[in-house]
Amino acid sequence: MRLLLRRLIATLGVVLGVVVLVFLLIHLIPGDPIDVMLGESALPADREALRHALGLDLPLLEQLYNYIDGLLHLDFGRSLHSQRPILELLVERLPATLELTAAAFAITLALALPLGLLAAARRGTAWDHGAMSFSLIGVSIPHFWLGPLLILVFSLWLSWLPVSGREGVGAVILPAITLGTALSAILARMIRSSVLEVLSEDFIRTAYAKGLSRRQVLLRHALPNALLPVITILGLQLGALLAGAVITETVFSWPGIGLLTIEAIQSRDYPVVQACVLLIALSYVLINSLTDLVYALIDPRIRIGIRVGAGA
Amino acid sequence: MNPREVWPAGILVLWALAGLVAPWLSLEPNAIHLERILESPMTGGGLGFDDPGRPLLDRLIAGPATSFLVAFWVVGLSSIAGTLIGSFSAYAGGFWDRLLVHVIDLFLAFPGILLAIALAGILGPGIENVVIALTLVGWVGYARLARAQVLSLKTRDHVLAAIALGVPRARIVRAHLLTLISAPLIVEASFGIAAVVVAEAGLSFLGLGVQPPEASWGSMIRDGTRYLLVAPHMVLVPGLAMVAVVLAVNLLGDRLRDRLDVRGGA
Repeated sequence: MRLLLRRLIATLGVVLGVVVLVFLLIHLIPGDPIDVMLGESALPADREALRHALGLDLPLLEQLYNYIDGLLHLDFGRSLHSQRPILELLVERLPATLELTAAAFAITLALALPLGLLAAARRGTAWDHGAMSFSLIGVSIPHFWLGPLLILVFSLWLSWLPVSGREGVGAVILPAITLGTALSAILARMIRSSVLEVLSEDFIRTAYAKGLSRRQVLLRHALPNALLPVITILGLQLGALLAGAVITETVFSWPGIGLLTIEAIQSRDYPVVQACVLLIALSYVLINSLTDLVYALIDPRIRIGIRVGAGA
Repeated sequence: MNPREVWPAGILVLWALAGLVAPWLSLEPNAIHLERILESPMTGGGLGFDDPGRPLLDRLIAGPATSFLVAFWVVGLSSIAGTLIGSFSAYAGGFWDRLLVHVIDLFLAFPGILLAIALAGILGPGIENVVIALTLVGWVGYARLARAQVLSLKTRDHVLAAIALGVPRARIVRAHLLTLISAPLIVEASFGIAAVVVAEAGLSFLGLGVQPPEASWGSMIRDGTRYLLVAPHMVLVPGLAMVAVVLAVNLLGDRLRDRLDVRGGA
């Protein structure tokens, strides 16, 4: 319970920090943000109107207060471009991003678990080398190249899947592979080293000694223990997935939050940029806090406060 | 040198060479040959031509100069700033160290490339802003690593002895701590170069980095995505080069890590 409370307070602190940092983003615009948004030839009356609408004519602390107050009422302001409430835009785009990241995550697990386990179980064999080569290549291919490459092969040459957009069955497949490959490569590597570490422990020898099959030892005894350290990394990597979605969605014109971010940057719609960055960063914070909790729940050693491994 | 390190090292040498000597080669990365627009490597010469008819080979060789410059500045600035901030704060302890931990936590609350995209988007496109954005994001990793290393070193005997002898703080950090933590930091920086090169290419791909007509592998891939069907070489050429370089860095980074016996980032 105390752990829960401590985590909650720490998380709230980070959330507040994230909000302040995102709020400050708009003040990083070199020169006058109004000039950047409207162009220097805008009429003085329009400039003042926008400055007032954005609250930029108020003292900084008051702006921050208004910003946080708005967020607490789920008011992200209005888009400068379409004049629509930003919340509406976010709600409209969120399902696409959730679908993409969920599909990418599924692909990640489907690839990484068997590969990592196989590599560890057959250490030093061709299976191991193959899996690790895949892993090395997977982390070395950037999203913005894998995406076009997959489109070229599977959409243009083979005509199996749509080039872009979210229409029709299977539209999510290529974007999900694009987004999930790097993560599955990283994860396969971690699972391998984690399983190898567990396999050298005494209880594994005991399991063999009591006559269990290799398969049983691997799946029932080694894997669950090996997955513990992997889970913490997974939380961090899910954040990478959210960030990678920005590029992947741009490649595939996938109408999610990532594409919205880039569209907003291109049309200098800074309130929308702020809202998107805030949404992605807060989801990331939330995921990481949840991972920590899950980790504590499934590993009793942490729950009772014994530090495992090299804690800082 | 281990034979398995030869080809990645070769790729990196070629890449670095391209980055360093490109300005002195008589390249014409921006020369437009209207009669050769989108010509493929099979029919045209070299590596083919892009949409305004510029030679891809020249652009491919000219590209690394940009990424190189960005990587040099970003890794240089962020590793120096991060290391100094991280090691001094760990050494000093107390209020400043607690503050630094909170700042690090805050920056780590953003998935790295997202903050870079937002910063580059808000600062406006261009190479200088890419350097600023990636440095603002990048120093945190070095600061965290340096802090952790110094924390584990500062109670070692030789440091305690130096304190007892009245050696000034700055000198202790420089002579007794920084020298010992340099190995993991060098490994981090070697991966950092690859990360920055990919990040720069990613930002240029999104149109936030290098501005046309200047060549960068990221912006070349961006140009190519519009002509995938008729001119796939526009995407394949810079992409393959990019993957080769990142692969080489990752391979050598692994070896370096093994050799220096640094524990993985996990």
